[in-house]
Parts: sequence; C-alpha cells; structure tokens
Amino acid sequence: MSYDTSSNLDAETREAIDIDRSKGDFSFPERHKFDAGRGLTERTVDYISDVKGEPQWIREFRHRALKVFREKPMPTNWATQDLENIDFDVIRYYLSDGEKPKRSWDEVPEEVLRTFERLGIPEQERAFLAGVEAQYDSEAAYSNMKEELTKLGVIFVNSTEGLKEHEEIFRPWFGKVIPTGDNKFSALNSAVFSGGSFIYIPKGVKLKQPLQAYFRINSENFGQFERTLIIADEGAEVMYMEGCTAPKFETATLHSAVVELVALKGAKIQYVTVQNWSSNVFNLVTKRGLAMEDAEVRWIDCNIGSRLTMKYPGVIMKGERARGEVISIALANSGQHQDTGAKMIHAANHTTSNVVSKSISVGEGRSTYRGQVHIPKHLKGCKNNTECDALLINTKSRTDTYPAITVKGNQHATQHEASVSQVSEDMLFYMQQRGLSEGQAMSLAVNGFINDLVREFPMEYSVELKRLIDLEMEGSVG
Amino acid sequence: MSVVLEHSSSLLDSAPETPAAFPAWFADRQRAAWQRFLDTPTPKRGDEMWRFSTLKQLDFSVFTKGGAGDSSVAIVQRSTALESPVAKFVFVNDRLLHAESKLPQGVLCLPLAEALVTHGDLVREHFMKQDSRLGSAKWTALHEANLSNGLFVHVPANVEVVGSIEVFHWLGGENATIFPHTLVVTGANAKVRVVDYFQSVNDDEAGLCVAVNDLIAGPGSKLDYLAIQAFNERTRVIQVNETGVARDASATGFILNIGAAWARNESLSRLDGEGSRSDMLSVSVPARAQEYDQRTFQHHVSPGAYSDLLYKNSLYDKSRTIFSGLIFVDEGAHRTDAYQTCRNLFMSEDAEANSMPGLEINADDVKCSHGSTSAAISDEEIFYLRARGIDPVRARQLIARGFSVEVIERLGDEKVEEMVLRFLDDKFARIASGGA
Repeated sequence: MSYDTSSNLDAETREAIDIDRSKGDFSFPERHKFDAGRGLTERTVDYISDVKGEPQWIREFRHRALKVFREKPMPTNWATQDLENIDFDVIRYYLSDGEKPKRSWDEVPEEVLRTFERLGIPEQERAFLAGVEAQYDSEAAYSNMKEELTKLGVIFVNSTEGLKEHEEIFRPWFGKVIPTGDNKFSALNSAVFSGGSFIYIPKGVKLKQPLQAYFRINSENFGQFERTLIIADEGAEVMYMEGCTAPKFETATLHSAVVELVALKGAKIQYVTVQNWSSNVFNLVTKRGLAMEDAEVRWIDCNIGSRLTMKYPGVIMKGERARGEVISIALANSGQHQDTGAKMIHAANHTTSNVVSKSISVGEGRSTYRGQVHIPKHLKGCKNNTECDALLINTKSRTDTYPAITVKGNQHATQHEASVSQVSEDMLFYMQQRGLSEGQAMSLAVNGFINDLVREFPMEYSVELKRLIDLEMEGSVG
Repeated sequence: MSVVLEHSSSLLDSAPETPAAFPAWFADRQRAAWQRFLDTPTPKRGDEMWRFSTLKQLDFSVFTKGGAGDSSVAIVQRSTALESPVAKFVFVNDRLLHAESKLPQGVLCLPLAEALVTHGDLVREHFMKQDSRLGSAKWTALHEANLSNGLFVHVPANVEVVGSIEVFHWLGGENATIFPHTLVVTGANAKVRVVDYFQSVNDDEAGLCVAVNDLIAGPGSKLDYLAIQAFNERTRVIQVNETGVARDASATGFILNIGAAWARNESLSRLDGEGSRSDMLSVSVPARAQEYDQRTFQHHVSPGAYSDLLYKNSLYDKSRTIFSGLIFVDEGAHRTDAYQTCRNLFMSEDAEANSMPGLEINADDVKCSHGSTSAAISDEEIFYLRARGIDPVRARQLIARGFSVEVIERLGDEKVEEMVLRFLDDKFARIASGGA
C-alpha cells in the first residue's frame, strides 16, 4: 500500500492521525531581571550561582561539571550528526524575573498566568492534582501543594530551595544516580541547572493524587536546564507528571534536563512525561531511577514534540526484587527525530524489568529505539522483557532499532522482540467498508496500535494526547 | 619442499610482494590495499562496530608472513569430511597440496593463484568489489594485500552442480598467517555448494587467519556456502563474507564456530533483485575462554526480497559472544520481508552474551522483526531427562545439541547436516572431557 499515489489522501491521513502541536505556540515579551547573556563560560556559572545565592559546595559542583562538559566529546560516534548543529555560544543559559515562586495563581504575573491558563494548568490543579510547580524559563513562577501534604512531611520545592533549605535530605542523593560525568549533557546540566522539582515523600506516605510540573520555554535561544530529584522513602508512593511546551522560534532552542529518582525499600515512583516541545527544540535529557529492595520505578514517557529528542530513561535495580519499567510512545513527524529508549541495569538478585516501546513515524519523520539491558555476573533470577513495535505511515517514514543486551551467567532470562509494520490494507479496507473514510480508518488503526500504552497515562493529564486517545474506542480496536 | 621466502619479520612491518606470475592489475590492487591498510586506523574503544569487542585481540604484531607449514600426506588424509565431494582442494598455509575434481564441463573451479593467471579478467570482474562495512575495512585491506591463494568457482548459466565442493585450509607453524579467499560466482539458474574448512595442523601453535569470501549469486541461481571454523584454541580468525543475491536467486550462508581463541565474523547479504532470498545461519559453541564476535548486515536494496537470519550460541565456561545484527531497508525497497533472530543458551554461570539486534527501515510496506533471547536450560527439562535415566551432563548436551540442530536442519541436505553434526559432536565430546 502506498499513500504517495494520492497526495490528497496523504494530507487527510496525516491530519487524521496528527495531533494538536500548536497548543503551545504562542509567546509573550521577555521581561527578565536576570539574564546570564549568551554563551557559556566560568562567569556564566558564577552568575547563576550568585543570583541564586548558593552555598560554596554547589558553586564548586557547577564548576567541576563545566570542565567535564568541555572535555567530553559529542556522542556522534553513535548518535545523529544533527547534534553538531547545536551552537552552545548563542544559547542563553539563565533568564529569570528574579521573583520568588508564587503560592497562589492570583499572585503570578499576568502574562505568565495567561501562559499556563492557555495550557490548562490551573484548572487541572483544582481538578485533580496534589501539587503543581510551573517553571517559566529558568525559574519556577508558581509552586503550590495541598496543605495536608505539608503536614505529612511531603516536600515539593524547586532545586534551589531544595538544596538550600533541605540540604540534609537532598544532598546525599544529589548527583548520585546520574553522576556529572555520565554524559556530555548531564555535565552541561550540572553546570547550569536551574529550576526543576525536588520532592521528598516520607516513610509510608502514599500520595493518592499526582504531583505535577510544567516546563515552559518563552524566550528565543533559551536553554532550559531543570534538575529534578525525587526521593520516595521506605514504603512511600508517588506519581509525578511533567509537561513541556515552547513556542516556535526561528532558531533552535535547547532543553537538557537531569532527572534522578530514588525509590527506597518498598517505595514506588511513577514518572509521567508528555513532551510536546515545538519542533526546533533539541531535547537531550538524562533520566535515571534507583530502585532499592522491593521498590519499583516506572517511567511513562510520551514524546510528540521537539526537533531531536534523545532520551533513554533508566532504572538501576539495586535491591533484591526491585522492578523497573519503561513505557514509551513516540510520534515522529517530518523534521523530527525521536531517539528514545531505555536502560535497565540489574544489580541485585531476582530483579525484573520490562520495556514496552511503540513508535509511529509519519511523513519523513524518524523514530529510533535504543536500549540497553545489563545483567552482570553472580546474580540470579533476573528477568528482562523488551518489546518494541514501530509503525510506518508513509513511504519516506523511517524507523531504527538498536538494542544492546548483555547477560552474564546462566540463571537469568531475557527476551527482546521488535517488529516493524504498517497499517494493513485489509484492516483499512474492513473499516472503510463499514463507512469510515480512509483517514478515519487510519486514525483508528493508529489509536489501536498504541491503545494499550495510552491506558498507562493518567487520562486527565493527556491534554496533548487528546486526539490520539479516543475514549469511546477503548477496547473496540485490538 | 624448500622454503622460498622465510620472513621472521612481523606481518605488519613491510608491504607484501605480489608473485610475478600474477597480472599487473592484481599487483596494483595489492599495492593499493597495503596503502589502505596503513591509512585505515585500528579500531578503538567507542567505535560502534567494535562495541563489546576485545580490542587487544587486534594486535597482530607477533604474527609473521610466509612459512611453508606441514605438507605431508597426512594432512591430505586428515582432509576428509563429506563422503564423496564433487571436488576437493587442500591448502596448507595458502599453498595447494592436493586437488581433485569431477565437476561437470564448463564449471570453473580452481585455486585462485591459478585462476588469476588463466582467467584473470573473469576474476577481476568479481574480485572484492564491495567496501567492507561492518568494521573490518583495515583487515580486509590486509587480506587483499597479502592474499596469494584460495578458490575461484564459476558456474555457468543453467548448470547445476550436484554435491559439494570442499576446500580445506590448514594453518601450521608458530605465529603463521593465512589469507584464504573464496570467490564463488553463479550464472543464471545455476546451482552450487561450497564448504570451507578452517583447521590447524597442530593443537599448540598460535596462528592468524584473515579470510574473505565473496559470493555472487546470479539471477535464479542457488548458492550455498558453509564455513566450518575448527582452528586450535591459540588461533585468531577474522572472516568477512560479502553476498550479493540477484533477482529470484537464493543464497544460504552458514558458519559453524567451534574453534579458535577469538573469532570475528562479518556477514553482509545484499538483496539486489526482486524475489531474491538470503538465509544467514550460524551455530557457535564457545567454551573455556573462547570469544566469538559476529556482526551481520541484511541489506534490502530491492523491493520484494526476503532475508532470514538465525544465529544460535551455546555458551560454556567463561566464553563470550557478541552478536550485532542490522536489517537495513533502503528507501523504496517495499514488500521487504526480513527476520533476524539470535538465541543464547547459557551452559555456565561465567559465560557472557551480548546481543545488539538492530533495524533501520526506510520504506513503509515492510514486514521486519527481530528477536533475541538469553536463558539457561530449566531444571524441569533436566529433571525430565534424568527421570529417563540420562545423567545431567549428557542431558544438558542433548538439549544444547537439539538447540543447534534447529539451525543445521535448515541446510536442507542430509549428508551436509551429518557432516556439520560430526564437527559439533566432536566439540561436545571435547567439552565433556574438560577441553574446548
């Protein structure tokens, strides 16, 4: 089957399965009190540290990271050459209005509030969230959490506040799950990080409602480098969700976050991302979780936007019976490359991991799965299951799969499976024969393809997924 | 026989000399290849093509050129595998020791050294036309610069060769090197099977073999190639395969790895014509400290082609395997059917398997899948066999054998399958007695 025979049909199909990427495409004038200027030097790092009034140890941490960033080469030996197009000298590394995060939407500056209102954040908070943090360029503009959670001892603050006010809780784990030198972009983040969420859930506290952060880039050439650290103490449970948007600028923008999760004994962390950056954002993110005994870390990841996303959420299963999971949906349209995947590092007996990845390539879009599963010697009873399925819509669509599985020793089981397919002609014919247009049929087929994964996302949150999810269809398409 | 040229210098020190009898174009190619060898950097850490590889194995400075090796009659007697091959060639250190043939008229099958002189233009037309893409460009250049012999097979259109052509490559002498080359060309609707055996004269001599085989299957033809790698445990091997399959042709490539300290296989199948088919098969049984590093590439150039890869490893002791495969579908290669499976059976707690099954798809109307598994034999299976009076060691071997047989059965010729199983059973017997 080829859609190239009719460009008319192609446009219809594309429209039918496409989603609203324009939602975040608006911007307000910049009014920054603090601006670290363009380019990255020791002075930039000092500037950020000064503005934040950070203790000496953080300043030193940043300077060490800057050195590592400069020393590390671009990973173009395995990654796309498109990385060479990032011009680190024109990027602006810190922008903020110098205001403290507001606890009430009423206090948030008019334009910023309008930004988040247009994205539907305040309503969502009222409707179902336990806490919200909204980041505008470098710093949080709004941060609030339900009162009863504060009483339980839950901490939900930005990175600056976390390291300053709760050093004893966060410092022991800060930069431990993802060391500065992990890769070039984690080093960059460590040098210039600002914003992000630092969360601590005390022993046994199970949050019924999710915490949410919203990341917004509003200024051209701005690089956003938020830093998130979530610690779930023994037996605690939390679901954290993040969303990201940026308007379409003329030039490329960089987003490079570091997210560290620590699930102590028996704890459970679910981290949900719906990434809808505009199509000129380089989204190079390092995410990793540490799961202790009987703990569970789940990454639920949806990548719709950005020009290039490179993101391989990982779980280090350090305690016995720990569990790691990555559920990933990627949609790559023309001009986009979704290079996503998962890293599962088994470091204790009887640990299990599961990776399910589904990607859809539309037009000239390219989606890539890159995975790593590592089971070292002297462990027993480790299990991994990896499934990656790719759906190709058009003739020029492209998909790649590059898993790497290392197993040492004979008491483990791993299985990896990948398939690439297109929507079958029979399926489309069948649906059209029942009165659907080809576009609708295609939409239905695509929805069916990702349906089992979409269910993993909290429904209320899936603003960006709305046209992919057709609730009425649930269960009707296999 | 006297030794004509006894170099004790390292293989890597000076340019090899092309024998005077060879045509000028070939001398030019060898000179250019040597320069390319010098210019190409040695693989280093971080090279994706050498991920997980043990790079220290690539230090070949101890190896020397030349050396006549053993040329006794005993070697010819040891060169027995299939009951009645249609042709048989025995080389010791790239020198022809024995040749016999009852091939039908019109089929060219002769040592490469002879073919270069008598059928130079025909060899030139097909000889090493493709670039090495899977990481060993430097080593195929070294091969090209040093190669002095091998086998050239040309089967004209509509000729079907019944039976198998056998080629024995013996390697002898401490730190000796060989560069065997196998070039097989089939005309339209022709059929042929070639089996290369790689073995060491003695068990205790270190050696290096850099082998290349070029398989060119013409339209509608059937080309089967088998490599039985059974060197001693002190030998290192690089074996590079290049297969081109034309319209409606079918090529089968099979590698058995039971020998060598370290073996690197690179296999590339290019599906050039509609309706073409490539079966890429391999069985490896590494034991002790053996390491097998296999890289494959299924290149779908043409629409409507089929490729199927099945590699199986049974890992004993502290052995290590690396499998990196890629299905690459060109833009416009629609109706591609491509499969890739690598399975690892663990027979020890100290073994290590690395799998990198990859896909790069640039066309939309395709069916591609890959799978990779690693597991040990379950206790239930052992219990079942023990309940029938089979001891656990034997039970494990039976299961490992059965695991490998699934691949070997795909060869589709009883005699050939029996021969491969004999090599495999030898290996299992050596493992059972504590060897490799």
